[in-house]
Amino acid sequence: MLKINKAKWLELFAALSAQGTLYVPANVDDKVDFTIWQNATEVDLQATQTAKSIKNIFFPQVENLLDFKTDGLKLSVEQRMLPEEATIAFGVRGCDVRSFEVLDKVFLKDPVDTFYKARRENCTIVSLACSAPDETCFCGTFAIDATNPGGDVTTWLVGDELFWQANTDKGSQLTEKVKTLLVEGDAAEVAAQQKATKEIMAKMPLADFKIAAKIPAEQEKVFNSTVWQQLSGTCLSCCACTYVCPTCHCYDVRDFEVDNKVERFRCWDSCMCKDFTKMAAVNPRVSRLERFRQRYMHKLVYFPENNEGTFACVGCGRCLQKCPVNLNIVKVAKALEVAKDV
Amino acid sequence: MQKIAELIKKEAESLLKEKKVTAVLAWQPGEFYYDNSPAYFTSLEQLDKLVYNEFCPANLSKYLMTGSKKKETMAIFAKPCDTYGINQLIKDHRVKRELITVIGIPCSGMIDIKKIKAQGVKGIISVAVEGEKVIVKTAYGEKTFNKTDILLAKCMSCKGSDYMIADKELGEKMEVKCQKLDPLAGVTKLEAMTSKERFAFWQEELSKCIRCNACRDICPACSCEQCIFDNQEAAVAGKASANTAEEQMFHIIRAYHVAGRCVGCGECARVCPQGIQLGLLNTKFSKDISMFYGKYQPGADTDSKAPLVDYKFDDVEPTISAKGGR
Amino acid sequence: MCNCGSKDVLTPQIGVVTEIRTETSDVKTFRIEKPEGGMVFDFMPGQCAMLSAPGMGEAIFSITSSPTTKDYMEFSIKRCGEITECLHAMEVGQQIAIRGPYGKSFPVTTDALKHKDLIFIAGGIGLAPLHSVIDYMLAKREDYGSIDVVYGARSKEDFVDYKELSEVWPQEKNTKVHLTIDRAQEGWTGNVGFVPQFLKDLKFTPDKTVLLCGPPIMIKLCLAALIEMGFEKTQVYTTLEFRMKCGVGKCGRCNVGNKYVCKDGPVFRCDEIDELPDEY
Repeated sequence: MLKINKAKWLELFAALSAQGTLYVPANVDDKVDFTIWQNATEVDLQATQTAKSIKNIFFPQVENLLDFKTDGLKLSVEQRMLPEEATIAFGVRGCDVRSFEVLDKVFLKDPVDTFYKARRENCTIVSLACSAPDETCFCGTFAIDATNPGGDVTTWLVGDELFWQANTDKGSQLTEKVKTLLVEGDAAEVAAQQKATKEIMAKMPLADFKIAAKIPAEQEKVFNSTVWQQLSGTCLSCCACTYVCPTCHCYDVRDFEVDNKVERFRCWDSCMCKDFTKMAAVNPRVSRLERFRQRYMHKLVYFPENNEGTFACVGCGRCLQKCPVNLNIVKVAKALEVAKDV
Repeated sequence: MQKIAELIKKEAESLLKEKKVTAVLAWQPGEFYYDNSPAYFTSLEQLDKLVYNEFCPANLSKYLMTGSKKKETMAIFAKPCDTYGINQLIKDHRVKRELITVIGIPCSGMIDIKKIKAQGVKGIISVAVEGEKVIVKTAYGEKTFNKTDILLAKCMSCKGSDYMIADKELGEKMEVKCQKLDPLAGVTKLEAMTSKERFAFWQEELSKCIRCNACRDICPACSCEQCIFDNQEAAVAGKASANTAEEQMFHIIRAYHVAGRCVGCGECARVCPQGIQLGLLNTKFSKDISMFYGKYQPGADTDSKAPLVDYKFDDVEPTISAKGGR
Repeated sequence: MCNCGSKDVLTPQIGVVTEIRTETSDVKTFRIEKPEGGMVFDFMPGQCAMLSAPGMGEAIFSITSSPTTKDYMEFSIKRCGEITECLHAMEVGQQIAIRGPYGKSFPVTTDALKHKDLIFIAGGIGLAPLHSVIDYMLAKREDYGSIDVVYGARSKEDFVDYKELSEVWPQEKNTKVHLTIDRAQEGWTGNVGFVPQFLKDLKFTPDKTVLLCGPPIMIKLCLAALIEMGFEKTQVYTTLEFRMKCGVGKCGRCNVGNKYVCKDGPVFRCDEIDELPDEY
């Protein structure tokens, strides 16, 4: 195991950013989010969670796919260049690392989304183990070990030392590039921190939160439960949960006319939006209840059914923090669990 | 607050028992004491889940729309600031006065969990409010706050303890005890900027927007059945676009649309997941409207004529607004 | 140009409109070929394609022609929204962006349909996907049993491909066409009434296999009629209509239960639909 002292982090970030665009959790306007590192960036390795997930580095909120040009009756289509820049995502927590696996199951499944794939392949993920989980965290529900988050390189912050361990070839290659900055570290220090963190986790309010087996299993009953009425009643139908969620991946494809050409872009969308399924004549999900139910059914039932039991939730807790009216997946799963009709 | 919570429960019980209303709007608890959700209560059994504490900031008034649409009677527990929204919805013909029962409930200011968390507090296990002290127990230790230091921004410029509409009032009126913030402080700062600085300020603020529409969806003045930004055919459909212009359009159009109807409840800024200072735009408009047409507070009543929809001969000439309202 | 060697799944190809037929007051059929001629891509009957109206967006349509007609692809499109409005404004010679094929086809190459006696039931524009199957089967006539086409429209003027179904198909071996219109009109000597009742009147024996396509309410009522006549749901194939954006099971829009209509449908056997949550 290797390590690097706080005094040398600036050098480390500079060396990493020489290898590619470096994304780090940074404090901007009292909010920690992944930001492109520059010399003066205030890197924040203490924050448990960034406000938004980092999914946008692989699946940007808006991305141009292609351009149309018309010339009389003629039409030409020009696909945008696939992203080629190397990127490094530094300080990714275990929940977000797992979220990439969930997104991969969507975008890398045949037929492959080439834009996503290019960004994914160009990125080296340097994860950061959690040592101070928050009450909104429930990654344990999905068997994620936040103290050993994985990715291409795992780092642990113990005091002023950042411990460093390469997990993959990509990770080893990156380690080579910054090797001169790293020194040997004692793995026992990491192990001690991991143990302490796990003890704290066990004290958290959601430590015992489990998604009841009956939720994926009893699809029809869950779908028809009367609980949805109560749960969805005060949902605002905004997209805050969807947009901060690391696993939500619905998108829209739209055209935008600009300077005598048409740009076709894709952008994040949400099944909570009114018009999501609206067709010219009918809308299969007219009510808020139906749209609300769809989001949770997809995460807890449909997605696992299609993906060997993997839930489309990683327990990052962002929806718990960001919902304007405090509705979230934990509340939903718990309500379904105690519901008599499920 | 505990006492008021009991009064609310009792009141809700009698409203439902006597079948005066089909639903009661109040709050129900979440996982951590601080994350209460708005909720409809339709049966007596549900009432043991009714809560009222310092973490009930949500303005429930907009939920009355669903009842009025279905021609159902509803009761709402409303803090003084919430009553402005109710009046505005009645004025905008979105809520039917005869279908609603408004129960005024006193409020001594709501706590901003984000302010607690900004102090580095995490792993909250319990929160207890004892008078003016707020004791937060976490997995890492305990921290005590003065309530005045962690109040929601909107409560620090509280409009007062009077109800603009109430069929009944519960308990004694309460005051928010804190150094009051000047609601216009932000606007004064904005006005002091050069237009270039101001443009840069808004560009920076609005570029944070992720188009989740939470501000619009909670706003009691945003009550259109179909928002133009949700309309596929309007060509301005509000999803992220190829550049940031659309975000700016969205917020500016929204601010114009609620001008003269924004009650200043501060919910837009509170719910914004990106922390955009959304209320500023509206406050600026409200200030200008009051300056041009005389003091006007939307939501203070249900029958006065709003200045922007009331033409008078001595109305200010449009050229004045060209000077930026200063 | 693109640096990936291959196209992204969302990147369309160019086709050119070589013929436009006005079928009814709101339906036009567009013939589309590669600029150098031929089908833009190979497909099977029942599959769909995404057509673009640049500036307005994309929408998914059933391919109306049969893949056995190698020279072109056809789409019968009803004007019912912004994109279809744009498509209706196209002219012959105009180029169009198209991608596909998407979805599962009708099981024309399996024993589910091969050598079976078949009933095609369509309402309005619902003939579009079935048209492809019918033409495909007529091209391989020996592989299939009897064919009965039951087709209903609001009026005589609302039949799509009227000439073909009144003059061409009935001439084919062992093939019958039964037409009905909603309300009596001058010069119409055929059946008057809705399709579900017409089905019962035609007294089909429940040993046949059914391909059913039309507006959701018609599908529901026809299915009920068929069951009353002794058919099993396993004998009936239909298509679901859903809003789609990507066409490849990713964007989430057409997700119903654990299925994506664009990729797992649009063709479903009616008993499979029963397993989906009731929201289509």
